Amino acid sequence: MVHCSGNYPTVLKSLPLWGTNFCLVYSGQAEHQEEVKMKKSVLLGALAVTGLAAGMASAGTLDDVKARGSLNCGVTTGLVGFAAPDANGEWQGFDVAVCRAVAAAVLGDSSAVEFVPTTGKTRFTALASGEIDMLARNTTWTFSRDVDLKFEFAGVNYYDGQGFMVPADLGVTSASELDGATVCIQTGTTTELNLADFFSANGISYEPVPIETNAEAQPLYLEGACDVYTTDASGLLATRAAFENPEDHVVLPEIISKEPLGPLVRHGDNGWGDIVRWTLNALIAAEELGVNLGNLDSIAGETKNQEIKRLLGAEGTLGEMLGLDAEWAKRAIAVGGNYGEVFDANIGPDTAIGVERGLNAQWTDGGLLYTPPFR
Amino acid sequence: MATFSDVPSESFRLSMLINDKRYRAYTFQFIALLLLIGAFSYLGYNLVKNLQSAGLNISYKFLGDPAGYDINQRLIEYDNQSTHWRASLVGVLNTLLVAFLGCITATIIGVVVGVLRLSNNWIVSKLMSVYVEIFRNVPVLIWILIIMAVFTSVLPQPRDFRGANATASMVADSFAFTGRGFYSPAPIFNDGSMVVVVAFILSIAGMFYYRRYAKKALFERGQMLPTFWPSIGILLIPSILVFFVMGQPISLEYPALKGFNFQGGIYMRASLISLWFALSIYTAAFIAENVRAGILSVSSGQSEAAASLGLRPNRIMNLVVLPQALRVIIPPLISHFLNLTKNSSLAIAVGYMDLTGTLGGITLNQTGRAIETVLLLMAFYLTISLSISAIMNVYNNSMKLKER
Repeated sequence: MVHCSGNYPTVLKSLPLWGTNFCLVYSGQAEHQEEVKMKKSVLLGALAVTGLAAGMASAGTLDDVKARGSLNCGVTTGLVGFAAPDANGEWQGFDVAVCRAVAAAVLGDSSAVEFVPTTGKTRFTALASGEIDMLARNTTWTFSRDVDLKFEFAGVNYYDGQGFMVPADLGVTSASELDGATVCIQTGTTTELNLADFFSANGISYEPVPIETNAEAQPLYLEGACDVYTTDASGLLATRAAFENPEDHVVLPEIISKEPLGPLVRHGDNGWGDIVRWTLNALIAAEELGVNLGNLDSIAGETKNQEIKRLLGAEGTLGEMLGLDAEWAKRAIAVGGNYGEVFDANIGPDTAIGVERGLNAQWTDGGLLYTPPFR
Repeated sequence: MATFSDVPSESFRLSMLINDKRYRAYTFQFIALLLLIGAFSYLGYNLVKNLQSAGLNISYKFLGDPAGYDINQRLIEYDNQSTHWRASLVGVLNTLLVAFLGCITATIIGVVVGVLRLSNNWIVSKLMSVYVEIFRNVPVLIWILIIMAVFTSVLPQPRDFRGANATASMVADSFAFTGRGFYSPAPIFNDGSMVVVVAFILSIAGMFYYRRYAKKALFERGQMLPTFWPSIGILLIPSILVFFVMGQPISLEYPALKGFNFQGGIYMRASLISLWFALSIYTAAFIAENVRAGILSVSSGQSEAAASLGLRPNRIMNLVVLPQALRVIIPPLISHFLNLTKNSSLAIAVGYMDLTGTLGGITLNQTGRAIETVLLLMAFYLTISLSISAIMNVYNNSMKLKER
């Protein structure tokens, strides 16, 4: 009590009976509130691993989700176009659409999703501990994440690469001119490693400024505390779209890494992994097969294409094999349309973000999207 | 007929563990200890087992792998091919640096504010009250963010120094105050500079020797020697003489604008400055209250008695009030130093790469070894905090009331 009386005299005066205990609790909260907030997921994750991991071994994520009646889906803390709450507080975006499609396929309700915002730092612990059922947070598929961290990537929903954004008036046209520049990086991503590799390989120096979230990086970049902002090119475009004067900033042509982004689940529950994988594939296949929001209800009856019929559950037992009903894919597509429609609505050329399909076009259009057949 | 003398048996019976007041306390403490050990071993076992079933075993092998990322502020040699362990050490040193600087400035500001808050001047004491109340009632993270934001937006950026019509210029052509940090000239030690350094170190020793001599003269012969100017003279004059005799072996490297940033000189990053400043003024608000309490705890009779002996006010403060006040001030000061050190883990908010940023941030994320890194992080902070406590307790013991 003597120890704390200097810090919180008013509190202690008004509640003298509570004594030391109250004081300790109070000072802990006041001084480390933010720190705790920042680490909450890591620590919760660690605690959950300690205490609740029995649930993990049971490996019945599908049953858990059905019993709970909602899907816990990890997303970013906010990246416009990919995952961010809109004006009504509804989560919207390209990654969010994957969560909603899975929820629609499994639970029949695209709104039965509990969105869990995660930072680059907390996402893997959240998934490993069972706090979330799947992670759809523009996460790069890498060997060590897949193998060493024991996750299962369900596919790629966006082929990305790391780029650089600089103010246009700097007059920089290539990343190789960035010698000595101060670079803002979002920490806890593959970005840091790519950046270190890129600058080492080109023999130029830089000053890294690590930043926790995209929201914190923006003001620093805009105020000129860093010359360059680097993250995945899609993230740069999304960030730039939120600026007051987007045209004052250019994204440099160099793409210094391969960043296949996709949803992922825990190792060990292959049935659940299959559901996420084939829900994503269903969206991609729907675009390839010409199934869209407009013809979704009628096409199964009209078409002679057997694959469309199998996809939409008019024929075959694909849904049953997954442990779902026959119309799972139809519901997933009904949420926001096929892959192309989701893309156009959230990040496509007509949106503020304005991403071209590029690598993310269907293989028939010169892109990399190539789903295995539904049969 | 046999007679029984009913001698009370002193032998120990098992039931005495419960019934005898002398042993009961031990029994319960022992049971509590067993339960505690049981609970912790259950949690530990559960953790290890579940990690195993998830295919994750606790392993610190990753500390030997190359880290692969760069760190801006390095007090020791480090590049992106160094190990995660090395990166952690860089983080530890950065934590210690900001904690050390913060503790010093927080103490200075705290003592000044604490004394001024007791000032008879109404405006000064009220201003200090406002400072204390504002700073200790707003979370330190908010202060860190505000100060960083003000720092980066008010001060000119390096690009403002460029071109013919630059909007900002360097102070005295040697200091640059930018939104990315402060640049100042750095000393370069050429041949023969060792002599100057040695001379300077000897001067410091000489200064302390002189002060000791003056104190002895005062205590033994009642002779008061001047200390301030002679100390400065002893400290500076020999070093300056040697500097010129050796032909000015130490020169300065000035920062200059090259490319995107200033190059050369000493660079104090904006993140370090804002974190240091925020932690200092936040903790200083608490320390000020301790100092005020400490001074108030010395009864006014003490200073009145000292005044009646003819001591001047500043001597009363130095010789009578502060030595007694320190006994009250130091113990809570220790916990403020610990708080400051732990609060420095908020550094990542401004991109300062402390221990939480390197080991608990990038390393954790790159390796995915959450439990290992968090445990290691805890061990590091525990060690740092206990060391600070130990050092301060030694000081406290030397200051506390000697009972004879």
